[in-house]
Order: sequence, then structure tokens, then C-alpha cells
Amino acid sequence: MAETITRKLMLYFPECETEKPIVYHLVKDYDLIINIFRARVTPEEEGYLVLDVTGTEENIEKGTSFIQSLDIRIDTTQKGVTREEERCAHCGSCVPHCPTNALSIPDRNTMDVEFNTEECIECLSCLKVCPFGAMKSLF
Amino acid sequence: MKTIEQINEKISSGKAVVLTAEEIIDYVDKKGVEQAAKEVDVVTTATFGPMCSSGCFLNFGHSKPKMRITEAWLDDVSAYAGVAAVDLFLGATQLRANDPANIDYPGEFKFGGGHVMEKLIAGEEVQLFGLSYGTDDYPRRELRTTITIDDLNQAIMVNPRNCYQNYNVAVNASDKPIYTYLGYLKPHLKNCGYSSAGQLSPLLNDPYYRTIGVGTRVWLAGAQGHVYSEGTQHSPSCERGVLGVPSEGAGTLALTGDMKQMDPEFVRGVSLKGYGVSLSVGVGIPIPILDEQMLLQTTIRDRDIMAQVIDYSTDYPERTGKVLGNVSYEELKSGTIDLNGSKVKAGGLSSYGKARKIASILAEEIRNGKFTVTQPIAPLPVEQSMNPMKEV
Ligand code: SF4
Ligand code: SF4
Repeated sequence: MAETITRKLMLYFPECETEKPIVYHLVKDYDLIINIFRARVTPEEEGYLVLDVTGTEENIEKGTSFIQSLDIRIDTTQKGVTREEERCAHCGSCVPHCPTNALSIPDRNTMDVEFNTEECIECLSCLKVCPFGAMKSLF
Repeated sequence: MKTIEQINEKISSGKAVVLTAEEIIDYVDKKGVEQAAKEVDVVTTATFGPMCSSGCFLNFGHSKPKMRITEAWLDDVSAYAGVAAVDLFLGATQLRANDPANIDYPGEFKFGGGHVMEKLIAGEEVQLFGLSYGTDDYPRRELRTTITIDDLNQAIMVNPRNCYQNYNVAVNASDKPIYTYLGYLKPHLKNCGYSSAGQLSPLLNDPYYRTIGVGTRVWLAGAQGHVYSEGTQHSPSCERGVLGVPSEGAGTLALTGDMKQMDPEFVRGVSLKGYGVSLSVGVGIPIPILDEQMLLQTTIRDRDIMAQVIDYSTDYPERTGKVLGNVSYEELKSGTIDLNGSKVKAGGLSSYGKARKIASILAEEIRNGKFTVTQPIAPLPVEQSMNPMKEV
């Protein structure tokens, strides 16, 4: 069996493409395991969907091509949740509230707070607790 | 033994040996107190955290025709006008007009006085709206204009209470989440909030206020400010541990400085969900190493500084005085504390990273002869307690 990999994707739907059962097709036709982190999909408005897809590289390629054929934009730059570096005071308030260690303090001597977007599941906990308004959500 | 004058001579000639309160720990371990006290002239301390008790006095100059402002708003945040015709006092915790506060609980408190102060220091435009009843000599009744800090005659920051010597650690023992000024606290003691720079914090390195007093020059967000008085709620009579370091709030300082000289990186409006707005300010204070005893004080380290854990769901608001436990800053900074056998996640509100940066900047300014140390003009009280409010 071919090795499986996981990729984090952000889908951007222009209006009116939100009616097709995309996730169903990804699972059924391309044998992908889907983990949806966050979605905002309102009929007749633009929408966003952030998810992890797990499967063989080949199937992920095919699945993403299928999505793109529906005129849905795929973004892999992980900009759903971002940190405005200048605003972050490295206070560490967010760290105990981050469920995945995407926000962490690797060196307890300097106490600098690192943000690793790869591990972010976009739960938005950090946005609620950051006193400096440094954590931002695209939608 | 060294005197302030001798230390300043060394600073002026660019020969002073300056270390931060973090660096001095290893240095003394290596060299011994006696040798290190001969070598080191100054140890720098610092803190960067929310300090609600802050504000500023602003003078706008006179409009034409003149106006004796009686009510005023800066970016829709009300400023106190009962000072003089065109002098205003803006408080850091003042909410923006029409902020729903906690009506929609927990409120977000996105913008307030602290944020206006941050904008001013960053050189951004701020709108002034003023009202008055009009007098013969000050006839104007209404005014709307935009200004930047450069348009003001004076912009003087005041922190009636800053540099809390130590502070307690907040937990929530109830069964619902609570929102406090020490952050969002999950029920059943799942996490705790603290706020101190620990071993870098100014008054923990001079616990009996031997060198820090009224008149001491301080680094206030990049400006050279000074201590103008003991801070509000200064209550040094308390439990003390290793090297006389308090395990409760204890001492505070009242600071002032020129906002025109400040760096916006170190003056930041903060929004505490469910609580309100505040201001985080960076402070650095040099400690002249007069003798071995003074040096020894600056070697205090996180593992020897203790703080009390308090339940903010009942004991804190009800002032029961109950303490759930004691933890060291070493434990707090590790990210997890042990509270009576259970693991509690810890998160800070004050930034240790920024405190480190400030201590280094100040050390560099002293080495370059730009910042000298001062002899206080009056000492701070060493014995004094804080009284509760008198209620009928
Ligand atoms: S959104 Fe959630 S997972 Fe991502 S960094 Fe913030 S707290 Fe962590
Ligand atoms: S709470 Fe905000 S300011 Fe503090 S470390 Fe996290 S992102 Fe940075």
C-alpha cells in the first residue's frame, strides 16, 4: 500500500459553488480521510473551508484537481489563522489555551512564544485570550 | 563600598560594568559575591506587563477663539477635563463611548484609553472632540479636530501604581469559566494566570527599597522618567522569604515620563476579555551595586521567588484572605504548576521576553554613558499596610 500523507488545505468558494457535496466526493471517489477544522459556507455567499486531507499523494493530487475543476480556490499557505508578529508581546497567555501546541514556548529561558501554523487546527481559542490582538482570523 | 557618584563617574567615562538581573545570577555563582561586588557597578532590572493604574496628562494649546473644555473625548474615549482649559487627563482603563462592556458577556473591550495612548506614542492621528458652556474669555462651545503627539505641548505619562513588587496567581475553583484581569480561567483549577517578570522584576531585586526611592531615574518605555512617589497600594509590611523577597503584592512605584520620548513597542493597549481595557508598559530600573549586600539582593532567582495562588471565583472577590497554595516563578514559567497534587497549566500576562529586552537595552544605555544612576531624594516606606475600604 502506498504511503499516506496529510495536507492542510483552505478552500475558498466563490458564490454559488457551495451546493456540491465536495467532501462526499473526496471521501468516496478519492479515498481521502477528511478532518474539517473550520467552515463558513453560506449559500449564495462566498465561503471558506479549512481541512486536513489524508491519503496517498496521488489521490490527494487527484482530489485537489477535482476541487479546482469546480472553480474553488485552494490555498496551502495556511492563512486562516495568523499572528501579527509586531503585535505579539510574547506574553504567553495563549499557550495554555492552545490545544495542539501550535503556540508554544520551546525555550523556557527566553520565554519567546512560537507559532507553528502546521499544527494549528483553527479552534480560535487564542484569538479570545490574546490581550494584544495579535492573533487574527481570515474569516 | 561604592558611592553613587563613583558609579556615575565610571558610567560617564564609559567604563561601567553592567549586567542584567538575569546575567548576574551566573556571574556571582562563578566569581563569588566578594569579587563580583568589586567588578560590577550596575545591575539592570525590568518588567513589561499590564498595569491598569496608568494615564496621561495632555496639553493641546489654545483654539481660536479660546475654549475652556469641560467634556472631551479622544477617539471617542472620554478624557477628564476638570484640570484646566486645554489640559486633559486620559485614563488607561477608560472604555470607548458606547462600548457594550459586559452587557454582551464576556465583553471584548477592543479599544480604550490604553489604546489611545499607544496610538499617540506611535505618532498616529487621534480625534479630539470637546464641549464647553462658554465664558466671556473662553467663548467657544464645541470643537472637533485631529492631532498627533507632535501637536501637543506636553504629553506626560503617569502611572500612580506600577512595578508591583510581586503578585498573586489566579485560579478558578468554581464550575464555570471566569474572565479576570489575569486572563481567562477554566473551571476546576484547569489553568492559572500570573503577572510578574520574577527574577528580572525591579522591586524583587531591591526588596527593601535601598536604592530605589522617590526621584530615582527609570527607563519608562524608552524615555528617561522617574519615580515621583510611592505607588498607590504600596504595602511593604508582608510575608517575606529568601533574601527578604515578598511573596505578596507588597511595594509599588508611582512613575512618570515624557511620552514624546517613548517607543511604541513598549506602550501597548490591552484588551482583557470580560474584564476591560488596560495598558502594558515597559519599565527598566538600574540598581547601583553599592556593596556586597546590594549585589546579593540582585542574585534572587525564579526558584526562590514565591507567589500565592488565589481562587478568583470566590476568595478574591469576597476578600476572604484564603490562599490555596504557594508556587515559585520557576514552576510558573515551566508552564505547569503543582497545586496540592494536581497539575495546573500556567500562562503569564507580563512578557518575560520584553522584560529581558528592556534590561539589555538599559544595560547598553548605561554602558554608553547615556543613562546614569540616581540617589533618591526620599526613601519609600518599608513598613506600611494597605487598609480595606471603609463601608458604612
Ligand atoms: S487557533 Fe487554536 S490551534 Fe490554532 S494557534 Fe490558536 S489556539 Fe492553537
Ligand atoms: S497571547 Fe497574544 S501577545 Fe501573548 S504570546 Fe500569545 S499571541 Fe503573543
